[in-house]
Amino acid sequence: MFDSVVGTLPAVTPPRRHASRLFFRHRLAALGLVVIVALVLSAAFAPWLSPYNPDDLDMANRYAPPLSAGHLLGSDDLGRDVLTRLMYAGQVSLSVGVAAMAVTVIVGFAIGAFAAYLGGWIDVALMRVTDTMLCFPSVFLLLFVAAFVTPSLASISLMIGLTCWMELARVIYGQIRVLRSADFVAAARMVGAPAWRIILRQILPNVMAPILVAATLNTANAILLESYISFLGYGIQPPQASWGNMLTNAQSDFLVDPWLALMPGLAITLAVTSFNFIGDGLRDALDPKMSRR
Amino acid sequence: MSGSGRLLAVEDLTVAFGPTKAVDRISFTLDAGETLGLVGESGCGKSTTAMALIRLLQGAETGGHAWFEGVDLVAVAEERMREIRGGAIGMIFQDPATALHPMIRVGDQVAETLRTHRRLGAKAARARTIELFRQVGVAAPEERLSVYPHEMSGGMCQRVIIAMAIACSPRLLLADEPTTALDVTVQAQILELLHSIARDGAMSMILITHDLGVVAGVTNRVAVMYAGVIVETAPTDRLFADPKHPYTQGLLRSIPRLDSGWDEDMPTIAGAVHDAHALPGCRFAPRCPLAAEVCREAPPLRSFGADHQAACWRAS
Amino acid sequence: MGRFLVNRVAQSAVLLVGVSVIGFALMHLAPGGPLAMYTLNPTVTAQDIQRVKVQFGLDQPVWVQYFKWAAGIFTGNWGYSFFGGQPVREVVFDRLPATFELMGSALCLSLLIGVAIGVLSAVKRGSLLDHATAVAAMVALSLPTFWFGLLAIFIFAQTLGWLPAGGNHSTDGGGFLDGLRHLILPVAVLALVLVAQWSRYTRSYLLEILNQDFIRTARAKGLRPSRVLVNHALRAALVPLITLGGLQLPLLVGGALVTETVFSWPGMGLLFVNALGSRDYPVLMAILMVGAFVVVLGNLIADILIALVDPRAKIAHV
Repeated sequence: MFDSVVGTLPAVTPPRRHASRLFFRHRLAALGLVVIVALVLSAAFAPWLSPYNPDDLDMANRYAPPLSAGHLLGSDDLGRDVLTRLMYAGQVSLSVGVAAMAVTVIVGFAIGAFAAYLGGWIDVALMRVTDTMLCFPSVFLLLFVAAFVTPSLASISLMIGLTCWMELARVIYGQIRVLRSADFVAAARMVGAPAWRIILRQILPNVMAPILVAATLNTANAILLESYISFLGYGIQPPQASWGNMLTNAQSDFLVDPWLALMPGLAITLAVTSFNFIGDGLRDALDPKMSRR
Repeated sequence: MSGSGRLLAVEDLTVAFGPTKAVDRISFTLDAGETLGLVGESGCGKSTTAMALIRLLQGAETGGHAWFEGVDLVAVAEERMREIRGGAIGMIFQDPATALHPMIRVGDQVAETLRTHRRLGAKAARARTIELFRQVGVAAPEERLSVYPHEMSGGMCQRVIIAMAIACSPRLLLADEPTTALDVTVQAQILELLHSIARDGAMSMILITHDLGVVAGVTNRVAVMYAGVIVETAPTDRLFADPKHPYTQGLLRSIPRLDSGWDEDMPTIAGAVHDAHALPGCRFAPRCPLAAEVCREAPPLRSFGADHQAACWRAS
Repeated sequence: MGRFLVNRVAQSAVLLVGVSVIGFALMHLAPGGPLAMYTLNPTVTAQDIQRVKVQFGLDQPVWVQYFKWAAGIFTGNWGYSFFGGQPVREVVFDRLPATFELMGSALCLSLLIGVAIGVLSAVKRGSLLDHATAVAAMVALSLPTFWFGLLAIFIFAQTLGWLPAGGNHSTDGGGFLDGLRHLILPVAVLALVLVAQWSRYTRSYLLEILNQDFIRTARAKGLRPSRVLVNHALRAALVPLITLGGLQLPLLVGGALVTETVFSWPGMGLLFVNALGSRDYPVLMAILMVGAFVVVLGNLIADILIALVDPRAKIAHV
């Protein structure tokens, strides 16, 4: 019965299948990288690559479906070209994603590293704060803060970054606690190097792996968060376009012109999926315990 | 010391992981009631051999035959194999601390074997478990039934594991480095326990170890493995007294002796084990003091007297 | 076990105090302060603001305010809504059942489906099923939940007409089945991300466990594969899975907020978003605290469950 489904359980990794999974993951990660590069390039070179200007109105061809009337991905309620707007919105969404990730990585690393390295009451205090912050669902916190702060690219990136650093802090804390007692650290301490120097020069290079993985996964998450708060109206403000605020009227758009509501969502999904694939691939590549999974 | 017949006959057993042959056409026999020592360095294929016998390997291609009570262990159907595992053949492993499930009481873990193979009810299984605990030297067996593995010492864990392995009175016990992870004092106790169990129960045993000292008092015969092949097999005392294969000689020489001079170098076997690829010719040749042209061809097991065989062209 | 419980409950209480401090600080650090609705409004005079301040006790020193507020939360006096004046506690409690219905259903459903998929992926590792579910899970984790919800409404409610487009009951009352019909889409949308996580982590934990020595022993005992899988492997996986459940709670609560806004589900999340618009601090604070409380309580329950299930657990804690 159940046994025929279960069959025999995998124990030692069958070499052929293990390799197939690694290669497959690797291909997806590579694909993700290609997509991200494409998105970044199209966003960065939007002024040169886009078929129109983002504010060009084409009132004769409003709500045009894709592949029609000179609009590759259709046009919106004011006749503006969707492809163009997506590219320009990409600039915003991607920059917010990366900037927020930078904040997360810096804050998360700093807190986790100092807590782990210095120990004592600093350790306890910092980790207590981390644990407390983890109790708040990040969406709640983010919205709460976003509603009161004047939204700008910088402020939004900062807010998102400051609501997502806790997990990285915990991971770094765990890793560095182990490294703290390593010989090369003791050597540096004996020479009299100050704490921040040791952390930056000796310890940081050794925890690059989880940081890199966290960086990609956090960028993915930041893009999702930005899209949500912009959708609600607390993020990027029109007329500046982001993938999220292009969806603010999605509910009604679905009834009038589904493609219009579909495109930005697909763009977000594409970007986030790619970052996730890259992050996953990095995790596999950098994980010392490679024989598993 | 041999009982009433052949229990296990292994013929040209081969275990391959992809292109690598961890075990390359080994053959040996085991009589009922006999204890065979399987000796060799790490990576020589001795553990793989045991795992292959009860088909616990996955991702491996196993070839050859292993006749056990009229059944070919290599080819028999999985369902029948499951009956044999734990029932007719028991196996114990190296690290007792991790070999038991950390969240199940040890009494229940032993009882599980009994209920699977002997279909015993809860009460009968409990009674038999207490009996087994007593047999393996677990003090206060009734209280130990509800204990968890992390509450026991290494030696105690290994006793429980042995109890679990012999619970259904198997005809063959495979012991893979049963004492390596234990303290020296406990090692002797466990070996003695295994020895007496095999003797009293007329149970055959294959004792796998890298330590020649371990096989000395416990085994009837020894088979020495190197890089996936058996290089010498002999009754234990003959092996110690008159080893024929250069590798065996090297092994025996490298056991530190109390009476060796202070200034003498400790004898070693030069070099390291090569990858277990199919090296043409004798696998030990690269490290062998007696290597010659003829060793380019793989030597078969040649007879050197009663029940004593060695795979070497140059042995005498 | 008793000492362990006391210890853990005390830890949780400390955590909740920390949460309240941070929440309170946030409220007062926000531009315009707690009375932003008024202070940022040019038509409101300074005297009016002063009057309102006194009325709400906001003219007192910050720490006094905190203690009064914290004491109030503890005793059930959660203040009054800026936007209508009803007691906050009533307003919030009114919405709790709907949110719990959504979260509870999503959690149960995602647990069952996610773990099943994870187990299958682990057992059939390297197969097409395994690869396909891995990719599907990744995509599921990358979808913007709100957009996916809107898409689902478009397809299943507006185009196909199979399911209602929002709310938790029909305008004409409706019975149990009606409530169920309204529940399907929101739960499916909320559960999607959770299923993806459960399946990936279950697969990962299970594969690691299947390589352990005690599994090898179980197989050497001649046990059936199903028994090894369930009684030995899954039992060992319980601890990391329960921990995962605890860690998922913030995601669950946050996801519920997003889902409620999209489906007009009358729960706490929707109330939160509405209160944002009117800067209704007491309500916002209360919901923030409830959300955090759910997370803390959930983690406490998870720890207790682990202590019950894993005999080694209490040693680490006490």
